Amino acid sequence: MINAEPTGETRRQGIGGDDDVVRVRQLVRAAAVATKLSLVDQTKLVTAASELARNTLIHGGGGYAEVIPVTNGRRNGILIVFVDDGPGIVDLDLAFTDGYTTAGGLGLGLSGARRLMDEFRVETTPGEGTTVSAVKWER
Amino acid sequence: METNTALRLAAVLADRQDAVVEAWSDAVRETLRGRLTRAELDRQLADLYTLLRTLLESGSSSLGRPDAADLRSMLSDLSHARARQGFSVSETAISVFALKAAFYRAAGDDDHVSKADFAAFSLFIDDLGLHTVETYVAARDSIITEQSQQLMELSTPVVKLWDGVVAVPLIGTLDSARSQIVMERLLQALVDTGSPYAILDITGVPAVDTQVAQHILKTVVAAQLMGAQCIISGIRPQIAQTIVSLGIEFGEIVTKANLSDALQYALRSLGTDIGKRAPRGAVI
Ligand SMILES: Nc1ncnc2c1ncn2[C@@H]1O[C@H](COP(=O)(O)OP(=O)(O)OP(=O)(O)O)[C@@H](O)[C@H]1O
Ligand SMILES: [Mg+2]
Repeated sequence: MINAEPTGETRRQGIGGDDDVVRVRQLVRAAAVATKLSLVDQTKLVTAASELARNTLIHGGGGYAEVIPVTNGRRNGILIVFVDDGPGIVDLDLAFTDGYTTAGGLGLGLSGARRLMDEFRVETTPGEGTTVSAVKWER
Repeated sequence: METNTALRLAAVLADRQDAVVEAWSDAVRETLRGRLTRAELDRQLADLYTLLRTLLESGSSSLGRPDAADLRSMLSDLSHARARQGFSVSETAISVFALKAAFYRAAGDDDHVSKADFAAFSLFIDDLGLHTVETYVAARDSIITEQSQQLMELSTPVVKLWDGVVAVPLIGTLDSARSQIVMERLLQALVDTGSPYAILDITGVPAVDTQVAQHILKTVVAAQLMGAQCIISGIRPQIAQTIVSLGIEFGEIVTKANLSDALQYALRSLGTDIGKRAPRGAVI
C-alpha cells in the first residue's frame, strides 16, 4: 500500500481518446503547480502521467484517471491513479522490462514511469483490468 | 399568422418601403463599427426586406415553407458573413430584430395595421431572428474547427535557415496528428530545398514522453533515409532529466543546447564557417 492521505479534492478525467491524454496532462500539471513541486519534478510527474494515461487508452481500452493532492505526514505530493477494465497484464515482470512492447511502442512507458515516480503500484487481474497508482513527493 | 394579416402587412411594407428600410438601416448601422460600408448594409437590408415582403405577399409568414427558402438562405448567408467579419451573436441578431422598431417608427401611424398586426409582425421577426442566431452559431462552430486546423499547420512552420539547413521549431503538445504533419512537412522541405541538414527545435515542447520521442526518432530515421541529417536542439534541463529517467536513448543523434548552436554545427559541417557572429534569420 502507498501511505498517502488526501489533502484536497480528487480530480477525475475519463480516458477515451488522444485528447483525454492531453487533458490528464493538464490536470496533473495544474495539481503539481498548486503543490509547488519543482520544475523538474513537475515535468517528471506530467511525463509519467502521460505514459500511464496512454497505456490506459491503448492497452486498457480506455478508463479514467484520478489526480489527488496527498501527504504522508512529512511531505506533500500528488497521487495519480489510472483505472481500466481491459485485458490486464499477464506477466508484470515482462511488462516492466525496458523495451518490451506488445503494441510497437518503445516499451519504456511503464518502466520509465516507475523510474520517474517515487511510489509505484500496479494491481492487475488478467481479463479484468489494471489499476496503476503512483505518487510524486515534493523534495 | 392569418392570411389576411400577412397580406395587410405586406401591403404596408410595400407602401412604406423606403421609410422603413431607412429607419432599419439607421438602427443597424450604429452596431457596425465600420466593419461593413453603408452601401453594403443598405443593399443587404433592402434584399432581405424584399424577400420577407414577398413571403408575406404569398399570405404566409412561415419560415418552414418551401417558398420561404430564399429568405432562409439569405438569412444564413448574412449570419455566415457576420460570423466571419467578427460580429458577436447579439450584433448579428440586432440586424434582424431592429426591423421591429423601424417598422413601428415608420409605419406606426398607418391605420391599415392594427395592434394585433404589429404583434403578429413582431412574432414573425422573432422567427427570423432565431433562425439567424442558429445559423450564426453553426457558422461560428465551423469557423473555430477550421481555425484550429489552420493553427495546427501554422504552428509547425518549416523554415529555411540557411542554404542547406531547414528547421522546425516545435511548440506545444506533440500528439500523433501534429507529429505526422511535422514529419511530412519536414521531409517535403528537405526535398524542395535539397538541404542536407534539418534542425528539430523542441524548446517549446512542454514534455517529451515515449510517444513524442518515438515521433522524433522516426522523423530522424526518415530524414536519414533521404540522405539528410537531423539535429535536435532546445532540450531543456528538466526535459533532459526526464528523458534519461524514462530510458529513452537518442543514440547517434546530434543534440545541441539551442537553435543557434545547432545551426553553427550544421554550417561547420557544410564547410560554411560563420564565426561567432549570429547570422540573420537564425533567431526565431
Ligand atoms: N493498462 C494496461 N493494460 C494492459 N496491458 C498493459 C497496460 N499497460 C501496459 N501494458 C502492457 O505492458 C507493455 C509495456 O508497456 P509500456 O508502456 O512500457 O510500453 P508500450 O506502451 O508498449 O510502449 P511505449 O514505450 O510507447 O509506452 C505494453 O506493451 C502492454 O502489453
Ligand atoms: Mg506505454
